[in-house]
Amino acid sequence: MVTVAEPRREQILAWLDEVKDPEVPVLSIRELGVLRDVEVIGDDVVVVLTPTYSGCPAMHAMEQEVVQSLRRHGVDRVRVRTVYSPAWTTDWMSDEARAKLEAYGIAPPGRVEQDDLVPLRRRSPIPCPYCKSVNTVMRSEFGSTACKAIHFCNTCRQPFEQFKAI
Amino acid sequence: MSRGDKESGRGASPPDNGWVAGARPAGATSGVAENFTFEHLLRLADDRLVLGHRLSEWCGHAPILEEDIALANIALDFIGQASALLKLAGEVEGKGRTDDTLAYFRDAIEFRNAQLVELPNGDFASTIVRQFLFDAWDVLLLERLTTAANESLAGIAAKALKEAKYHLRHSAEWVRMLGDGTAESHARAQRALDELWPYTHELFLTDAIDGEAVAARMGVETATLRAPWLETVERVLREATLTRPKDGFAPRGGRTGRHTEHLGRMLADMQSLARAHPGATW
Repeated sequence: MVTVAEPRREQILAWLDEVKDPEVPVLSIRELGVLRDVEVIGDDVVVVLTPTYSGCPAMHAMEQEVVQSLRRHGVDRVRVRTVYSPAWTTDWMSDEARAKLEAYGIAPPGRVEQDDLVPLRRRSPIPCPYCKSVNTVMRSEFGSTACKAIHFCNTCRQPFEQFKAI
Repeated sequence: MSRGDKESGRGASPPDNGWVAGARPAGATSGVAENFTFEHLLRLADDRLVLGHRLSEWCGHAPILEEDIALANIALDFIGQASALLKLAGEVEGKGRTDDTLAYFRDAIEFRNAQLVELPNGDFASTIVRQFLFDAWDVLLLERLTTAANESLAGIAAKALKEAKYHLRHSAEWVRMLGDGTAESHARAQRALDELWPYTHELFLTDAIDGEAVAARMGVETATLRAPWLETVERVLREATLTRPKDGFAPRGGRTGRHTEHLGRMLADMQSLARAHPGATW
């Protein structure tokens, strides 16, 4: 059973690399860390996802895209299971994924900090993804999506988004 | 719905039985314990659902664009957390109720949120001060719930805790800016604090349902959270040059379904679409 299922599982994981975050289309759900596992039980495939944020509206889009993407490869019996533990963290993001984010114009997340009551505006500045200057300021802790904050670069006079480290 | 079930399930017992810690009637079915769990999960979920909806009322109305986005983002986190908790509550109850049924088809008397979160938003200072008072409590609560015996609850709490810490940083920073800002912002923040302080006491009340939840390692002895909560709150208030109000008037009742007049009106708005078009999807 396992010997049959394992290559199939690998194949399904590879197919799921096609599923991108609709808000950050340079990252697949695998690179984002949202895709946690694939379970192959006979003809049934269970895709295990974890949300980035509890209320992230893009989760529904990603769930639908997982099902549709596997259907295109002839896998019809697909279910999505949501798990909350371990809680998603940007620390799972690989250096390669971070480089893709920066090239796309979104500053990648730093390492998760522990001192929780240090005001965000007094933290070290985030390098600008366009001109790499560190002469930047945070404009808002919250951005166009739950996972991003808004900064402004004083050198190239560009607003930019940063993937929040959580 | 849940109230009716509980009463009929205990028809032969005096009304207070089961509501007193440790006084569960001998021979009680596991259904009784599950009802406690259900009630406990509703309390956790309803705080988030109601506060999330209140925050969403700011969408398009906040004083600056960044805060409009921030409040909507925070609302989304709370509604997401509520959805996960209500799903779990529905599973525990075992009657086929989903997160949507529980959110949109219960009346005010069936809601278990603390009264603090249902109060109207008031001005921006009032919204921020309430948020700060709640966030400081929420972080402490969720930290303890991450070790809950129920894996699903522990997972939801661990996820929500990260969000709660971010919320607290945001609201604490705004309390500092408003309190230590202009005379006008200081006065508004102090007035909000004075008005909201009495409602914080309910967050630390512990009754039989909490007792059962603690015994089942699914809950938190909320009374023990007050000392660390005061430590955080007083520190930020000092930095904000605001005066910590005296303890006194302490309204309560939200946890057992007795609410202010404001909740019913809020629900009328929140639930109108789902009730006008039951079962509608998009």
